[in-house]
Amino acid sequence: MGEFLALKQIVEEDSQDGKFLTFELGKESYGIEIKYVTEIIGIQPITEVPEMPEYIKGVINLRGKIIPVMDVRLRFGKPAVEYNERTCVIVIDIHDISLGLIVDRVSEVLLISEENIAPPPEFARVSGSGRFVKGIGKVDGEIKILLDCEMFLKEDDIEALENLATND
Amino acid sequence: MSTQNTNDFVEVFVYETSQNVELLEQIILSSETSGFTRDNLNEIFRIVHTIKGSAAMMLYNNISEISHKIEDLFFYLREHDNLTYDSSELSEIVLNVIDFIKSELDKIKAGEHPDGNPENIAANIRAFLEKLKSENKDVNFVSKGGNEKKADESPAAPVAENKEMTSYEAVVFFEDGCQMENIRAFDIVHRLGSVAVDIVHTPEGLIEDDQSAEIIAKNGFRVEFKSDKPFEEIQQIFEKTLLVKEYSLSEIRNVQEPAALEKAQQAENNGNQQAENKKDTELKSKQNSIISVNIEKLDKLLDLAGELVIAEAMLTNSSDLAGLDLPNFTKTAQHLRKIIDELQDVVMSTRMVPLTVTFQKMNRIVHDMNKKLNKKTKLVLVGQETEVDKNIIEHISDPLMHLVRNAVDHGIEMPEERVKKGKPEVGTIILEARNEGSNVIITIKDDGKGFDKQSILAKAREKNLLPKPEKDMTDNEIYSLIFLPGFSTKDKVSEYSGRGVGMDVVIKNVQAIGGTINLDSQPGEGSTISIKIPLTLAIITGMNVKVGESIYSIPINEVKESFRPNNSDIVRDPEGNEMVMVRGNCYPIYRLHKKFNIKTDVTDFEDGIFVMVEHENNSLCLFVDELLGQQPVVVKALPNYILKYRKISSIAGCTLLGDGSISLILNVSELVKLK
Repeated sequence: MGEFLALKQIVEEDSQDGKFLTFELGKESYGIEIKYVTEIIGIQPITEVPEMPEYIKGVINLRGKIIPVMDVRLRFGKPAVEYNERTCVIVIDIHDISLGLIVDRVSEVLLISEENIAPPPEFARVSGSGRFVKGIGKVDGEIKILLDCEMFLKEDDIEALENLATND
Repeated sequence: MSTQNTNDFVEVFVYETSQNVELLEQIILSSETSGFTRDNLNEIFRIVHTIKGSAAMMLYNNISEISHKIEDLFFYLREHDNLTYDSSELSEIVLNVIDFIKSELDKIKAGEHPDGNPENIAANIRAFLEKLKSENKDVNFVSKGGNEKKADESPAAPVAENKEMTSYEAVVFFEDGCQMENIRAFDIVHRLGSVAVDIVHTPEGLIEDDQSAEIIAKNGFRVEFKSDKPFEEIQQIFEKTLLVKEYSLSEIRNVQEPAALEKAQQAENNGNQQAENKKDTELKSKQNSIISVNIEKLDKLLDLAGELVIAEAMLTNSSDLAGLDLPNFTKTAQHLRKIIDELQDVVMSTRMVPLTVTFQKMNRIVHDMNKKLNKKTKLVLVGQETEVDKNIIEHISDPLMHLVRNAVDHGIEMPEERVKKGKPEVGTIILEARNEGSNVIITIKDDGKGFDKQSILAKAREKNLLPKPEKDMTDNEIYSLIFLPGFSTKDKVSEYSGRGVGMDVVIKNVQAIGGTINLDSQPGEGSTISIKIPLTLAIITGMNVKVGESIYSIPINEVKESFRPNNSDIVRDPEGNEMVMVRGNCYPIYRLHKKFNIKTDVTDFEDGIFVMVEHENNSLCLFVDELLGQQPVVVKALPNYILKYRKISSIAGCTLLGDGSISLILNVSELVKLK
């Protein structure tokens, strides 16, 4: 707790700094910076949108706001699973673009200090979904893969461009 | 003054000045033919004076200089009756100034400094004024003007009997929240400067002191001055100041000749009474006052109203209530529904703007075109009070301008030619707007030569734009060729039709707001172009259809019919394209589940239903699982993320249904292109 208070003073300007929301996909645990997260909801009825990649499951109605949802499993090339009552949608907001992330389940909010975050392994930077990895967090001997939320948008730009190129 | 403040000032300046300029333009155009009446001259003088004042305040010297020149000119005109001058020449001069100011305003809006040089125009004004003076040497000075503003400059003017200086005291309150009270107060001081001396005001530092605006807002603006002008004239100054909530003006009695004293007393009584009256009318007019609201707020409000409708439907149709007998609840729910409906109507109406301004602009265009092309055309405006959504106004302005230009340029013949044909020398263009259901129809009708089918065809042939053999084309199809990109019937591109806005852009703009264009023409008698646009873009009536688990909405005005087909009516061409025969016509079939890749059990035509949709005379049949019925839907854009990923042309947007589920709105105009 002492450590926590000390940290709190350091990050007084923005108390969200260093906090990560962790969630699970299968056996792995991931974390995203809490500042991007606007809310967490249970799985909702999803309306399919045509001409979208498989991992964009469609759109949901979040209190009158229509937001797209992405199945993070599919995004990372993992096998799809049936949604159940533990399936959650993490709504993130990046540069005014809202996006729902469908994950197996949400765990907790963790404070991970800088010194406990290791840079991503070299190979991860070049291979597929590895580009999402911002760092590896260690908390009580457990490993959390920390994701770069911005990549959820950027990655798509690249793919959209590629798609355009191949379609023409 | 902080930057934020300065920006506010600039915004208000641009807004007020453009309004004044528009007004000025209208007066000029209406006066040009009928001549300038005394009222008009006064009004013009007043407007120019206001523009000059505010431009000087903002240190836009070129605008204030040129306005000053025009003011001088109109001062002369106002002070002299029976002047002989060419009113069209005068109009031209003022219109030039208007254009100059407009272009400078554009610069200011773009954040640049207005640096245009008005010297040429100013020289024209000077020349005109000189000519005026030399030609009208004998004209009598209007006696009425004797004690007006420039009396001191014209020694010939008789000295009015109330030449003694009278001291006045005035307290002015501005409209609540009008902002920049200090600048407005400064404006008053500026105006008073021309008629009064010894002006003392509280608070003292108007521009320099940031606090002054607040003080004025709270305590009012108090000013004392001396003037030799009659009470009424001073009163005018206050009355013509914008956004004054109320003011009191009174004379401070001086030691005067008894007679003058009596007079002053009389004037004072008179004046007080007038001020009193003024207050009354001011209050009355305040009840109908207008504020400007950011359109984004209205958009948001409309959005919320739409959501309220949906939320209400969700609530009253809640599955928790199913089967319960709730008379009181139902009653209250009905009441709620009624209020929400009304709310929605009101919100919609706040966004409605009459077409007046857009239509009035066309006067200027016709005027300019007549001058340039030596044609004689009059523009008749009908139904300009018709209201449409603000968004639509913005989109309709350019296409209309282009169509009106085209009508003068290509439609109306030269006067001699018209006379030869036995038509009235002056051509007529009728610009008409009217409501028709949930649409607004705007027609541009001219009595010119009409479209020349042969020359259109020849042109299309030359440019290789013919979509099918000439002999198969209906008149309408031929006329529609002019909307194709790269088409221009006039061989020589004139100044007006060559401005980079082709007819293809016109149709694109109209289509962007869900409108359609229809052409009709009688050779030698004229042509009619009608534009059909929806009243509003935000709410449409949608026909909801189901495909698999998904729901789609089709705008009802694009649905022609729905029917269950007989298998015998289905035709397949060798390439496997499916078509259906309806009353002897063959329509392509479009399987929605195939196109959108939706899992559904309904793949046999006899199990589902066809919805025939039409856009611009192109029809096709959509095959869907079932119809769910129609309902008004609030159109929402697809989320940014999806738009960013890919532009889905076949989906126009999405909407929330009563049960909270989302339906996608089909873009029929794109679908029919795919056939």
